[in-house]
Amino acid sequence: MLALSLRGLTKTYKNGNQALKGIDLDVEEGDFFALLGPNGAGKTTTIGIVTSLVNKTAGHVSVFGIDTDLELERAKSCIGLIPQEMNFNMFETPQAIVENQAGFYGIPRRLARERTEKYLRQMQLWDRRKSMARSLSGGMKRRLMIARALVHEPRLLILDEPTAGVDIEIRRSMWEFLTEINAAGTTIILTTHYLEEAESLCRNIAIIDRGHIAMHDTMPNVLRRLQSEVFVLNLHDPAAAVPALPAMGVKQIDPVTLEVELNKDQDLNAVFAVLSAAGLRVMSMRNKVNRLEELFMRLVSQEAPGATGSVP
Amino acid sequence: MKVAASRATENLIGFMTILRREYDRIIRIWGQTLVPPAMTSTLYFIIFGGLIGARVGSFDGIPYMQFIAPGLIMMAVITTSYGNVVSSFFGAKFGKHIEELLVAPLPPSLILLGYLGGGLIRGLLVGALVTVVTLLFTHIRVDHPWLVVASVVLTSLTFALGGFINAVFAKTFDQINWFPTFVLTPLTYFGGVFYSITVLPGWAQSLSHANPVLYMVNTFRYGFYSRSDVNLTVAWSLMVATVGVLFALAYVLLKRGTGVRD
Ligand SMILES: Nc1ncnc2c1ncn2[C@@H]1O[C@H](COP(=O)(O)OP(=O)(O)OP(=O)(O)O)[C@@H](O)[C@H]1O
Ligand SMILES: [Mg+2]
Repeated sequence: MLALSLRGLTKTYKNGNQALKGIDLDVEEGDFFALLGPNGAGKTTTIGIVTSLVNKTAGHVSVFGIDTDLELERAKSCIGLIPQEMNFNMFETPQAIVENQAGFYGIPRRLARERTEKYLRQMQLWDRRKSMARSLSGGMKRRLMIARALVHEPRLLILDEPTAGVDIEIRRSMWEFLTEINAAGTTIILTTHYLEEAESLCRNIAIIDRGHIAMHDTMPNVLRRLQSEVFVLNLHDPAAAVPALPAMGVKQIDPVTLEVELNKDQDLNAVFAVLSAAGLRVMSMRNKVNRLEELFMRLVSQEAPGATGSVP
Repeated sequence: MKVAASRATENLIGFMTILRREYDRIIRIWGQTLVPPAMTSTLYFIIFGGLIGARVGSFDGIPYMQFIAPGLIMMAVITTSYGNVVSSFFGAKFGKHIEELLVAPLPPSLILLGYLGGGLIRGLLVGALVTVVTLLFTHIRVDHPWLVVASVVLTSLTFALGGFINAVFAKTFDQINWFPTFVLTPLTYFGGVFYSITVLPGWAQSLSHANPVLYMVNTFRYGFYSRSDVNLTVAWSLMVATVGVLFALAYVLLKRGTGVRD
């Protein structure tokens, strides 16, 4: 079953801004899905339409097979949203915020109380349950929004940049937690600007750019499309000249740093053979950027405005 | 059938949650929500009722202090019902926490009723408070208790709806103060709170009949002393119709997402 299906979704804001130009997207139930794209690509707009925060201009949305035009309330009850921007009452307490949200989803008060405790504890906010929300730190506020989105135990959880401004330790524990609830059956859709986050968590991915889906595939397929990879080599002694490596792009960044670009069918042994012959000792080596990041940059900078389709 | 029943229960829980949150807000900031109207009406009683009222005498045999008491209660109900909904709903828009309700599986009618309920609760609380203040200064007679209740509920709902519609269109805090200052207050003062319109010249009496507050104050006063400046059938019909029309308007606005959904 599809957890989410979008067909021909368009959005033109009142100021004439055409944020979405026909989005088709399917997310399987149980998936861990990444929706990536540069600032202003239309991620939040897409999510807003799915969660009834934005009116669509045209197109269809269905959630677990429920058409939002026909049974909006039933569709809504399946979704939990962690929005990009803070949207709780700063003068209420975390406990009241989470408990009320449960109430808005029709959960009886006793159960709402239990769940509130469970999820506030899970997000390490139970000690702060009676503080005014305004007084929480940025990362705590984000965790509060996660607890609030989970309290009705949605089948589809949508996170719009959940880890922005969250420290590494908490980010890791959030990843662990998301992996856990995904394993337990919750479908997750995530937007993020940390591409390694998407690469390590998500199984399927769509890249959205200027209101179009520029690519939609499985994570391994997407990564396989990368034709080449750049390695950064640190040398023990300064190299007098750039070593001659046939058919590879080589750049000397400084006397002890080289950048070597390899195509998919070339191997690193050849690089090391040449360097050894030249008497250069390689002390360490790393990938220049995260691979997904590189793909992303290429995709997004290649696409001409208004163009559709996927990468060559 | 079972699904329908559970949907109804969930809706009821959702509605009660909005109502409870509104009530908590009223109690949490009681210094802003409950004290000022009680304070204002105390001052009115001292100045108009006590100092000036003694020289005014009476209307239709009702001493001035007693005559203005229903009007003053009504005035407090009007301003607080309006103020509660306009500031709570605009605050929710401004602070974006209206989104908590928009993402939830609540039909727009219940969201609207929840906010109106908040306005009604505060209107009635303040009305009761001002009544207590009134009893410190004078005694009042209640000829028709149910008419008193019907009148205060309809009036409170009317202005709660007004506050809601104002909040839907408002984009700044200025715009939630504009209507109360330039429309609501003048209408209330010219709505026969402090006088019977029979003391006015003919043209002013006719003009007063275009003022909805006149009908509300008079049905309310009728509930106490069985006297009214206006035809009661006309008054009740107008009040019920106003609530109906405003509710329909507010519902359509919320369903479309005017002012809350891009
Ligand atoms: N309320 C609005 N009114 C007019 N235009 C808007 C509105 N909200 C968003 N837009 C425009 O729609 C486009 C898509 O915005 P959106 O917020 O969906 O991008 P995004 O992919 O979420 O970006 P980011 O990574 O910065 O969060 C942008 O050009 C943005 O300026
Ligand atoms: Mg965004």
